[in-house]
Amino acid sequence: MKLRHGAFSYLPDLTDDEIAAQVRYALDQGWPVSIEYTDDPHPRNIYWEMWGLPMFDLTEPDGVLAQINDCRATFPHHYVRVLAYDARLGRQTTALSFLVQRPAEEPGFRLDRVEGSDRTQRYAVTSYAAARPAGARYATG
Amino acid sequence: MDMNGETKERWDPGVQSYAGMGYWNPDYVPKDTDVLAVFRVTPQAGVDPIEAAAAVAGESSTATWTVVWTDRLTANTHYQAKAYRVEEVPGRPGEYFAYIAYDLDLFEEGSIANLTSSIIGNVFGFKPLSALRLEDLRIPVAYTKTFQGPAHGIVMEREMLNKYGRPLLGATIKPKLGLSARNYGRVVYEACRGGLDFTKDDENINSQPFMRWRDRFLYAMEGVNRAMAETGEMKGHYLNVTGGTMEQMYERAEFAKELGSVVVMIDLTVGYTAMQSMAHWARTNGVLLHLHRAGHSTYTRQKTHGVSFRVIAKWSRLIGVDHVHAGTVVGKLEGDPATTRGYYDTLRENHVPANLANGIFFDQDWASMPGVMPVASGGIHAGQMHQLLDLFSDDVILQFGGGTIGHPLGIAAGAEANRVALEAMVKARNEGKDLLREGPEVLRTAAQTNRPLEVALATWGEVTFDYTSTDAPDAVPTATPVG
Repeated sequence: MKLRHGAFSYLPDLTDDEIAAQVRYALDQGWPVSIEYTDDPHPRNIYWEMWGLPMFDLTEPDGVLAQINDCRATFPHHYVRVLAYDARLGRQTTALSFLVQRPAEEPGFRLDRVEGSDRTQRYAVTSYAAARPAGARYATG
Repeated sequence: MDMNGETKERWDPGVQSYAGMGYWNPDYVPKDTDVLAVFRVTPQAGVDPIEAAAAVAGESSTATWTVVWTDRLTANTHYQAKAYRVEEVPGRPGEYFAYIAYDLDLFEEGSIANLTSSIIGNVFGFKPLSALRLEDLRIPVAYTKTFQGPAHGIVMEREMLNKYGRPLLGATIKPKLGLSARNYGRVVYEACRGGLDFTKDDENINSQPFMRWRDRFLYAMEGVNRAMAETGEMKGHYLNVTGGTMEQMYERAEFAKELGSVVVMIDLTVGYTAMQSMAHWARTNGVLLHLHRAGHSTYTRQKTHGVSFRVIAKWSRLIGVDHVHAGTVVGKLEGDPATTRGYYDTLRENHVPANLANGIFFDQDWASMPGVMPVASGGIHAGQMHQLLDLFSDDVILQFGGGTIGHPLGIAAGAEANRVALEAMVKARNEGKDLLREGPEVLRTAAQTNRPLEVALATWGEVTFDYTSTDAPDAVPTATPVG
């Protein structure tokens, strides 16, 4: 299973040069960039852990790449994403989000059903990996 | 003077010219709180254009065909609409743009039904006019603030779906009529698991003998949830809750909500008041509201008569829907590029400056009312992705019905082809590529590593719908005033 998350999850994983190009685009728009990581990829898990604070006032992507690499080194088996934020009036929300690392093995999600009356069902999506404790979900190493 | 050229005092009994009754006032300076309208007026032969404009102002506000003394019991001049400018329509002999101002007191707060009963109520059948079209409307901030506006809006929709930085993708289930609930849900499942964000009921799928609404909702949500588990991303199916009564619509919407649907849908045919009721329901219940503009072309398409879609777009934003179909330019349905751009600006921007080239006659300030996500749907395919992204940028839902479901390798492959094409194009744009010049090459390169996209381009790559638009802006910055 390949997690579909962020703007480019149907493309081959981005190279560092391609990541730098996307970061440059964000900085050129005036969007601060931040890095987040998680090992709970549920589609409604909004709050991934923040790798430091958003990087304001950058003009070059190099610093962001260095932070991405630090995050990858610390959490080699987590999902890592880059976010760009648009603080303009009327937006004040995330402008771009894309994965820069995914675990080597992605076991995916189970669909749980609770059957109700009149053929209705309550559905729940559960990550197989999240059954294990946080920090030990995608690799033991 | 009246239409027979006779001069009368204002309150003389009998028929009086509309201009003479005060509905023409070239010195009037519109107030910030006035509703302003511009009509394209085509007077009958021999009818003076200024009198025709005054008649439109009169018949859409306080006037009737003859002088009535009971006007004198009111602050009459306050309630009269005033035609204040009349211009020839460039290149269209016999047609005139008439600018009319309406005081805010003429309208009930928060009621599109009331606004439209005045402005497009009786006046469109008025005999001295051979045709009449409402081209644009300036809604003052004071009136805008009396409407709820979009139940959630573009920003909240993206946060709800957790999807940023690219257009959303959808598809309308085809064939639109005749599938059983089980087969219908299969199409939902395949399209969503293949890579679409949304699938959609069509406008005329409500609750027919071949598939009742409740069964459709159950099977569609089975498909949506299966696809979410397979992909790990949010999915939705626009469950069309359009019904014969408000009670039926509420019943269907409640059931959709209980099943966990993030979105429901209504048709424009349900009427303004029903749409406003559903927009309030959608805000209260945390469900997105999609509007299909079924029937609009009966009155939006022809230049000389009806209501421009840019006005319908404004009403849709005030009514409070989260999505509305607004044209594709490159697809199978009517859509001049500049005119369509005007619709998109109207739906998405907070401040829309007058831009006659795009058919926007007035500055429109939305006072931070959230934007409506425009939907581009009808005869578009993956091979046009660079044009679509260039035209519409990110805040749009691109809907490929036939272009998904008709894929030779199956529905999921069709969905994947569209998603890969979209992501490749967004990535290329962000990298600084020139979409219109380099877009076809970006698609070909992406197709080298993606078989579904390769097949899609081979199947539809060259398909275009290149017909002349019937509705294009006629206004130019240097107008010829007749009064």
